[in-house]
Amino acid sequence: MADNSIPSDGVEGFLPGWEMVVGLEVHCELKTKTKLFCGCANSFGQEPNTNICPVCLGLPGSLPVINEQAVELAIRIGLSLNCTVDKSIFHRKNYFYPDMPKDYQVSQYEKAINENGILELPLSKKTVRIERAHIEEDTGKSVHVGGDGGRIHGADHSLVDYNRAGIPLVEIVSAPDLRSAEEAREYVTELRSILVASAASDGKMEEGSLRVDANVSVRRQGSEEFGTRCEIKNLNSLRSLTRAIGYEARRQVALIEAGERVVQQTRHWNEDQGITSAMRSKEEAYDYRYFPEPDLVPLEPSTEWISEIRTHIGLLPAARRERLTALFSDVSSGPVYDQIVTAVGLGLDDLVVGAAENGADPRLALARATNEVASDIGNLPRLTIEKFSDLIKLESQSKLSATQAKTVLGKMLESGADAAGVAKSLGFEALDSTVIEDLVDQVIGSSPKEWERFSSGEDQLAGFFVGQVMKLSKGKADGKIVTSLLRSKRS
Amino acid sequence: MGASVGLGASEIAELVRSKEISALEVAEEHLGLIESQDPNLNSFLQLASAAAIAAAKEVDAKIARGEDPGRLAGVPIALKDNLVTRGQTTTCASQILKGWKPPYSATVVERVSSAGAIAMGKTNLDEFAMGSSTENSSFGPTRNPYDLNRVPGGSSGGSAAAVAAKFAALALGSDTGGSIRQPAALCGIVGVKPTYGTVSRYGLIAFASSLDQVGPFARNVKDAALLLQVIAGHDSRDSTSLESPFPDLISHLDKGVRGLRVGIIEELIEGAAPMVGEALMASARSLSDQGAKVEHVSVPAVTYGLSAYYLIAPAEASSNLARYDGVRYGLRVDGQDMNETYVSTRTQGFGAEVKRRIMLGTFALSSGYYDAYYVKAQKVRTMIIDSFQNAYDRFDVLLSPTAPTTAFELGAKASDPLTMYLSDVCTIPTNLAGHPAMSVPYGLGENQMPIGIQILAPALGEVNMFRVAKAIENAAPTITKGLFWE
Repeated sequence: MADNSIPSDGVEGFLPGWEMVVGLEVHCELKTKTKLFCGCANSFGQEPNTNICPVCLGLPGSLPVINEQAVELAIRIGLSLNCTVDKSIFHRKNYFYPDMPKDYQVSQYEKAINENGILELPLSKKTVRIERAHIEEDTGKSVHVGGDGGRIHGADHSLVDYNRAGIPLVEIVSAPDLRSAEEAREYVTELRSILVASAASDGKMEEGSLRVDANVSVRRQGSEEFGTRCEIKNLNSLRSLTRAIGYEARRQVALIEAGERVVQQTRHWNEDQGITSAMRSKEEAYDYRYFPEPDLVPLEPSTEWISEIRTHIGLLPAARRERLTALFSDVSSGPVYDQIVTAVGLGLDDLVVGAAENGADPRLALARATNEVASDIGNLPRLTIEKFSDLIKLESQSKLSATQAKTVLGKMLESGADAAGVAKSLGFEALDSTVIEDLVDQVIGSSPKEWERFSSGEDQLAGFFVGQVMKLSKGKADGKIVTSLLRSKRS
Repeated sequence: MGASVGLGASEIAELVRSKEISALEVAEEHLGLIESQDPNLNSFLQLASAAAIAAAKEVDAKIARGEDPGRLAGVPIALKDNLVTRGQTTTCASQILKGWKPPYSATVVERVSSAGAIAMGKTNLDEFAMGSSTENSSFGPTRNPYDLNRVPGGSSGGSAAAVAAKFAALALGSDTGGSIRQPAALCGIVGVKPTYGTVSRYGLIAFASSLDQVGPFARNVKDAALLLQVIAGHDSRDSTSLESPFPDLISHLDKGVRGLRVGIIEELIEGAAPMVGEALMASARSLSDQGAKVEHVSVPAVTYGLSAYYLIAPAEASSNLARYDGVRYGLRVDGQDMNETYVSTRTQGFGAEVKRRIMLGTFALSSGYYDAYYVKAQKVRTMIIDSFQNAYDRFDVLLSPTAPTTAFELGAKASDPLTMYLSDVCTIPTNLAGHPAMSVPYGLGENQMPIGIQILAPALGEVNMFRVAKAIENAAPTITKGLFWE
């Protein structure tokens, strides 16, 4: 998730005089045992059309029965987003499409289970309003063979897999409160952390368990009115999200500046070409003919149940950040705070907190977690808090140099071995300080001119000497010890 | 024709249990009659002879082993062809489902089978239960067993005709706006629409989900009660199924009607044919003779029932029937692209009445019209419930004709949908309210066709409703006319 390679498509300095307005609709698959209305397993990656039954296939005569666990997880999401959780009803959203078994989708329309929440962004410190987080069923998955770019129009034929049909979703709809692609990315990152922390969803964008639609419009800086918006469908990575929003905002500004009008449309993001293209305009928009779903009764969660659900929610990201912040003095912004946000966003905070509890240096633990561990996050399960703590301690006790510690950590993530074992196998035994002193003397002897300049106060030459000693020791010398030796020899 | 034909369900079950007759004999005798006579009636779309023989043998084997064969042991039952039956063709009398074999059975089908009833086959209906004469079947109309030139009513006309013709002692139908009660009346038998939520809808192919309810047909009130007891009760597969246990109707049947307060709905007498009105008054007098307190009552909102119904039912139907799109099962007529495939499949697969209602419902739900039609119809529905409630504050049950006329001739109303819709004017308000109602026969009219009396009760008022039904049955003139094959 910490994708630093994304080019900034943001609005800052990019569209001078313009402001973009973004609202996001995030669909997240709930981590239930079974589907929303039947007993089929909620699982991913099976042979097509093997995880189905009369109910999720919408066979004639079948009826839906709501999954209690799905309602509980939806309420967890609502509570985690500070929503009002209340009585709600289901509606049918009617439209014809082959991957919809009943040719209508059961969703919540007039009254959602969760309404009027907020989400605080940790970096921009912005409060984003959540309009609603409602329950709905997922559709099947179509594969369009032949024709243009995997879309149904022009395809030779299409195949449908109904395994996904009826998987429970919660759609989280934000108010149009976001003002840049970066904020949108920060919102989705934070939302994902909340969903994972509350154990409502696994939040895997790459498996489609988190899918984002973005509503984008632009307006002149200072204007209070909203411009005409376009909805970009199915943005399935943070990279697509930021690129698509950036592209779409520029497209709209270019249109207006050319004296044309933005037409309200649903648009499709083409990842390869890096552009959005029109799917259908407002005039062609479906009339979904919503009406209350007569096969389901209203959801009326009792206040007792809601209170009980509240106790099932784990530590949320904001609390997790506070837990980390408490390890340091006065960090509400700056590089350490950024690392804290990253650590929580990636779920590395337990590692850092655990290491600190084991007596390891929290700052060093945070740095190693958000750099080395983050870059190999897939192997995180191999790294126990104990092994990580030992590594950090070895480094802070100067038994491993920074370079060595990074290498050792990398190997630990690959193999699951412990720090001391890996260090030994790599021959990273810390050099004795007398050995280091010999090396320092050797370097001083071979560079008399530089030593004289250093001795007369040219501090910046310290780096030169440290570098020379490192070269001789093949990186095994501790830089801090070398520096202090140089200083003591100068006086 | 054998000895068991014409016996009631309770009698057959008793004889089978006491081994005086075997379930196999009963099944064979009924199948024999159906095979020889149903070509004239067309009450069955598919006959399940082999399965029926196998099920009957199983009942006999159970009895031989000393096991309980169930309350409906060996009783022949006919199933309306909108109830799904595992591995047996289920069509809703529509070309769009022609040949479709469901992979599962409806809850009610499972319940009657485990009670020992023998399913004889699937009966004809108006396509997707939309109609009042069974003329909208795409497999030809069913005829009235008292006059083959007349309709049996609908939409459960096949089930009603089969029971009236003694092809089966019992049948299941579904009632969305009168589809059990109206054909029961026109065929001279008993038909019951239970309280909404009493009987599981799981496996009933939906027409209008908030109105549909499965219910029994029988030739007498006790058998109808027996079948209702078997199919009623909570089903976790239907979210609208009620949790409360269903009362024991049979033990209350003969308690009489002394002291019961019976109201005759004024608004529903007005449009009825004189002979129907006379029969209603005669049945009311018989109740009063038996000690009931009978008065006239005005339930003004029932007059809006038809209008509200023809918005709500088509609206739900337009959505329920969307799934018949040629993609997954049933008929598929391939077109150049996806849209054309949808259009061709549905154009060819649905009949005129189904298309008419899909269009009505689609219009009623469309953006810009939703509030004026659907929402307003729902408000009328609430008015009807309130209006009934006012009446039930003073009365235990209400009385009305089941249908304004006796069975009409084939083709008489087929070309005029509005006239046809009026056949259900007396039955529709109950469905909108979710209340129970039933039809019991009360002799013949001057045209020698059966007349039905409708008994209405508040939600879960089945006990009193059946007591009154039994009292009317006791007083009713016997139907002397012979069936077409007698």
